[in-house]
Amino acid sequence: MTDSPAVWASHLRKRYKKRVAVDGVSFTVGRGEVLGLLGPNGAGKTSVIKMMLGLVRPDAGEVMLLGRPNTDPRSRERVGYLPELFRYQPWLSADEVLALHVRLAGVKISGSDRRESLGLVGLADRAKDRVGGFSKGMQQRLGLAVALVARPELVVLDEPTSALDPLGRADVRDLLLSLKERDVAVLLNSHLIGEVERVCDRVVILDRGRVAAAGTLPELLGRRELRLVLTNVTAEAAALLEPFAREGDHYTVTLPDDVPALIADLVKLGVRVHAVEPARVSLEERLLDILRTQPEEL
Amino acid sequence: MTTVVTVAALTLQEASRRRVLRSLAVLTAVLLALSAWGFSEIDSDYGGLTSGEARMAGSTVLNLVMFGFSLIAALGTAFLAGPTLSGEVESGIALAMMTRPVRRAEVLVGKWLGLVGFGAGFVTVAGVAEFLIVHLTVGYWPPHPVTGLMLLAAQTAALMTLSLLFSTVISPMASGIMAVGLFGATWIAGVVGSVGEALDNPSVALVGTVSRMLLPTDGLWRGAMNSFQDPALLAQIGSGIEESPFLSMNPLTGAYLLWAAVWTALVLGLAALSFQRRDL
Ligand SMILES: Nc1ncnc2c1ncn2[C@@H]1O[C@H](COP(=O)(O)OP(=O)(O)OP(=O)(O)O)[C@@H](O)[C@H]1O
Ligand SMILES: [Mg+2]
Repeated sequence: MTDSPAVWASHLRKRYKKRVAVDGVSFTVGRGEVLGLLGPNGAGKTSVIKMMLGLVRPDAGEVMLLGRPNTDPRSRERVGYLPELFRYQPWLSADEVLALHVRLAGVKISGSDRRESLGLVGLADRAKDRVGGFSKGMQQRLGLAVALVARPELVVLDEPTSALDPLGRADVRDLLLSLKERDVAVLLNSHLIGEVERVCDRVVILDRGRVAAAGTLPELLGRRELRLVLTNVTAEAAALLEPFAREGDHYTVTLPDDVPALIADLVKLGVRVHAVEPARVSLEERLLDILRTQPEEL
Repeated sequence: MTTVVTVAALTLQEASRRRVLRSLAVLTAVLLALSAWGFSEIDSDYGGLTSGEARMAGSTVLNLVMFGFSLIAALGTAFLAGPTLSGEVESGIALAMMTRPVRRAEVLVGKWLGLVGFGAGFVTVAGVAEFLIVHLTVGYWPPHPVTGLMLLAAQTAALMTLSLLFSTVISPMASGIMAVGLFGATWIAGVVGSVGEALDNPSVALVGTVSRMLLPTDGLWRGAMNSFQDPALLAQIGSGIEESPFLSMNPLTGAYLLWAAVWTALVLGLAALSFQRRDL
């Protein structure tokens, strides 16, 4: 059972009235893998997640969660979920909400473990307070605790930091890294690309209901670059750098095999070298690149 | 099974913590106080229940008050049943709950059970309080209090089930209003039917019969009324002529009770089916 992937989704399709929201999306999340789900507003990320978890009926396609078809409720025994729209029974206290979810999940979690989950999201001192009086960010923190409380093997987070303060965002990043350490699979949908880039092993980019790109970070960000700050660049030296992108004194070239040799040649030609640094296309640039070139492909 | 119990307990907890309970308590207290005053007036006017007229008045007023309770119970549960399901879907509370290893039908049945428990509890407490008031003021005790209260609880359950079905398809407010509207409509249809019976007009009487089949709340209510009335009084008035909205001549038949149970199960099944298919 454990060699089956955490999520296996195949050819998911969903139409709302006339609008196609998801159009043939397939992907897998391996055990212990952190997958980032990226894409512009309305790309269908939340719809994919809801179909995956059995909240929305797909028009076509299949999903297996932790080795079981998602039509079987038991497939969700070890799944934690933080919805994009996070709301919890306002008449219950934070601790009671966790107790409820533990009971529904059918696992044995002690009161002190529940308290620990609340502590993890910074709500330890609000355990006895009614959720109705919580601020938005506190409700999202509670949602995180709910997603993590029943010892999940797969955690699905739909924009987990949308309401959090910068400190909370850093906490979530640490949480994600600790999940990764414990080999918990994570599906993370976020608009904060830095967050995704920091923690995700692999990324799926959705655009208008289709998978626009998918792969590991090195695969997606493959092109490595070298940034140079140069003055006194002669025509001869410029030819040596070709092809390059220039912004004032800043030159960007694809990473050459032998950096010291290039620098030595430049110096020999009288070029003054102020700075040399390796650079990588950021995920953000790559994402914008992919999304902007999409219309031509369609 | 644990899911059903957990959700039923949660629903009862919700009912006890939301404002519904306080409003219900206030309405009930007002009605109890009014009836206590009314009965003491009857008592002082007739000087104890000796004449047939006084018994008639006592019986009718008791049924009137019990009708008030059934209305409060109906309103209360209908407006509790609606928000509890579609409200949770709208607000997003359902999202996290439904992704636990639970079947939607189990959650629905759990809610239903909790709401029925709540309705039955209310009817019992308010009903027994009213019986005590009647007993203390005019010395009357209904012949079949337990059967009557059970029928009242069944009436509440039937309406609540319908409200639950509506709330799987329409908004919380609308489902409560629809259910209460239908409840009122069948009650009126029932009155129209009795008028038809009194006038020996079978086609008008059919209105009541048909509506009692479509929504059994009015039929169950008539059965409840029958068990609150003094049988001697009924014999005295004779049959047929004086059937009024607050007097019922005949006890319920077993077949009708069976139908009411089947009807409730059918509606609950439909609600489960409709909830199962719904996108959250
Ligand atoms: N319940 C619904 N009824 C009708 N259309 C819907 C519904 N839910 C989603 N859609 C449509 O499906 C498309 C995808 O929506 P979805 O919520 O999956 O986007 P998303 O990628 O999560 O966007 P965001 O980044 O804004 O959260 C949108 O065009 C949206 O209008
Ligand atoms: Mg979304």
